[in-house]
Amino acid sequence: MTDPVLSVKNLVVEIPTRRAVLRPVDDVSYDIAPGEILGVVGESGAGKSMTGNAVIGLLDRPAHIAGGEIWLKGKRIDNLRADQMRKVRGKEIGMIFQDPLTSLNPLLRIGDQLEETILEHLPVSRAEARKRALQALEEVGIPAAAERLGSYPHEFSGGMRQRVVIALALCAEPSLVIADEPTTALDVSVQAQIIALLKRLCRERGTSVILVTHDMGVIAEAADRVAVMYAGRLAELGPVEQVLNAPRHPYTDGLVGSMPMASAGKERLRQIPGSMPRLGSLPDGCAFHPRCPKADAECRQNPGPTLDATGGRAACWFPVSQEVSA
Amino acid sequence: MLAFVLRRVFQSLLVLLVVGLVAFSMFRFVGDPVDNMLGQERTQADIDRLRTQLGLDQPFPVQYFKFLQGAVQGNFGVSYRQGRPVADIIAERAPATLELAAVSGLFAITLGIILGVFTAIRRNGVAANAIMTLSLIGVSLPTFLIGILLIYVFSVELDMLPSFGRGDVVDVGWWSTGFLTKSGLMALILPSITLGLYQMTLIMRLVRSEMLEVLRQDYIRFARARGLRERAVNFRHAIKNTLVPVITVTGLQLGSIIAFAIITETVFQWPGVGLLFINAVQFVDIPVMAAYLMLISVMFVAINLIVDLLYFAIDPRLRVDGRH
Ligand SMILES: Nc1ncnc2c1ncn2[C@@H]1O[C@H](COP(=O)(O)OP(=O)(O)OP(=O)(O)O)[C@@H](O)[C@H]1O
Ligand SMILES: [Mg+2]
Repeated sequence: MTDPVLSVKNLVVEIPTRRAVLRPVDDVSYDIAPGEILGVVGESGAGKSMTGNAVIGLLDRPAHIAGGEIWLKGKRIDNLRADQMRKVRGKEIGMIFQDPLTSLNPLLRIGDQLEETILEHLPVSRAEARKRALQALEEVGIPAAAERLGSYPHEFSGGMRQRVVIALALCAEPSLVIADEPTTALDVSVQAQIIALLKRLCRERGTSVILVTHDMGVIAEAADRVAVMYAGRLAELGPVEQVLNAPRHPYTDGLVGSMPMASAGKERLRQIPGSMPRLGSLPDGCAFHPRCPKADAECRQNPGPTLDATGGRAACWFPVSQEVSA
Repeated sequence: MLAFVLRRVFQSLLVLLVVGLVAFSMFRFVGDPVDNMLGQERTQADIDRLRTQLGLDQPFPVQYFKFLQGAVQGNFGVSYRQGRPVADIIAERAPATLELAAVSGLFAITLGIILGVFTAIRRNGVAANAIMTLSLIGVSLPTFLIGILLIYVFSVELDMLPSFGRGDVVDVGWWSTGFLTKSGLMALILPSITLGLYQMTLIMRLVRSEMLEVLRQDYIRFARARGLRERAVNFRHAIKNTLVPVITVTGLQLGSIIAFAIITETVFQWPGVGLLFINAVQFVDIPVMAAYLMLISVMFVAINLIVDLLYFAIDPRLRVDGRH
């Protein structure tokens, strides 16, 4: 296998609070191959954004990386100085946020926002940067791109703005893009277009993507592999068809069962009982055990096995459908 | 755009008419100028003659109308105290006040913005916290006290700066300026600080809170995620967004600088229109008071208009004539 673009090893993010030290990301490890799209799912508060922010070095204080390593193309980046990390952002790792309405500076023309990003990272003249800005807009499918360079963000619709955001994230040709719920704030009708666009652009350039989403449909559509997060930990990690068709972690099983697509016509949508515990009050053992149909004494005492150690796909003592695919 | 400007100009004129009416009628009740103008030995005949001469015997609406008629032509009547046209007296005094206001306005805006941005960027630093604490003093001390304190320290104790007057002035045409002589410039320092300190701290606190708000926005986060330098993030992306709301308040503050100049001019015996007004009040010099008030309101109205136009220049979202 080729060397991974990004390698996250035993990442721990901590937030010291007055009462206790919270761990929104706890011992998370994964690799991403060049050109691969890794979907990240999990319910609200599972630590998906925290993981992404840690990778790109934009954790808001007091959250900080408290353990583990992050390697980008064979270079360790979690311990870089602020000014070195700044050069990685945008240039090596691009980021797309959820809300395109607020991601663009309302007072600057989008051509200028593109240009400043290109000039910051690539050794090109202003004229060349202008040309590339135009190209970037054309690539994301903005009609009459040459005229639109001079437009302000408020002159675009939400879907068009997210295209501009994608152009901005990709204009310095990063090898990895972190897309944190890129379609959640958009109309359902344009969501699929945006995902297709992102997928196509990254395929063409061989850019890897971390695609954070709540939408299992998007995962099925776009991702090569899926990481399922629960309460700061990886519950399951594996190729998308395997995880969706034969989930091993009971939590993934529950998620997949709640997908309308998977259960179309056959049965009623299932629902996982209860809700994810808050970080301050995680139970001992596996964080999922209070909601898990199969939990027993083992689960109440020991957190699930780490993914690599067992060679398994799921951090669970009693994985579902092990018999089927083992 | 043009329609907007015309509408605002029309509104401004209405405001001025009302202010004029209020000011004019207020002064009718301040006292009787005739008492002051004639000495102890006066006869009823003297009084009546003077009243007729000043037009005080005419009904109120007529007096107001005459006042407006003159004002539009720049004629505010004759000062009761000095016996000279009010317009001349004000033209003589205006440079002193305008120079003082300009210097303290410049001081308030530049230092206010610089310190506001600084304390926002370094919000947890020792220096930033010290500045914020000091600024509380600036807001809470009354202007005259600050003036007296400054005079005590820099004029009385250190003997570095003059405590009153404008120093030497040079006439440039009808304008007398203190900018061209050393003593003129030295004389400007203390009054300018006194006058501008309050506005400076206000602007600083406003800029700081706006800037902190802007720095929390998604587009700042996105700018960082694109690897832009801190300098570009702070000074290109954040400051521009900070200034939009700051402009209004700052504009109004500049108006009040000229209005507040009364106190500072009194403390420093600064020969401007503020001091002129105070003296006029003591003498019930109605034409001077009325002209002063009209001038101040014209200034406020004009500043408001400029502020609105600046909004258009800075924020593209307000330009309705843009491409779509
Ligand atoms: N400053 C903070 N203090 C305490 N807890 C925090 C703080 N910031 C984030 N958290 C917690 O960290 C956890 C992880 O948050 P994160 O934003 O990564 O979730 P997420 O998986 O992206 O959720 P969503 O789907 O809602 O975006 C959450 O439980 C959140 O409550
Ligand atoms: Mg999130």
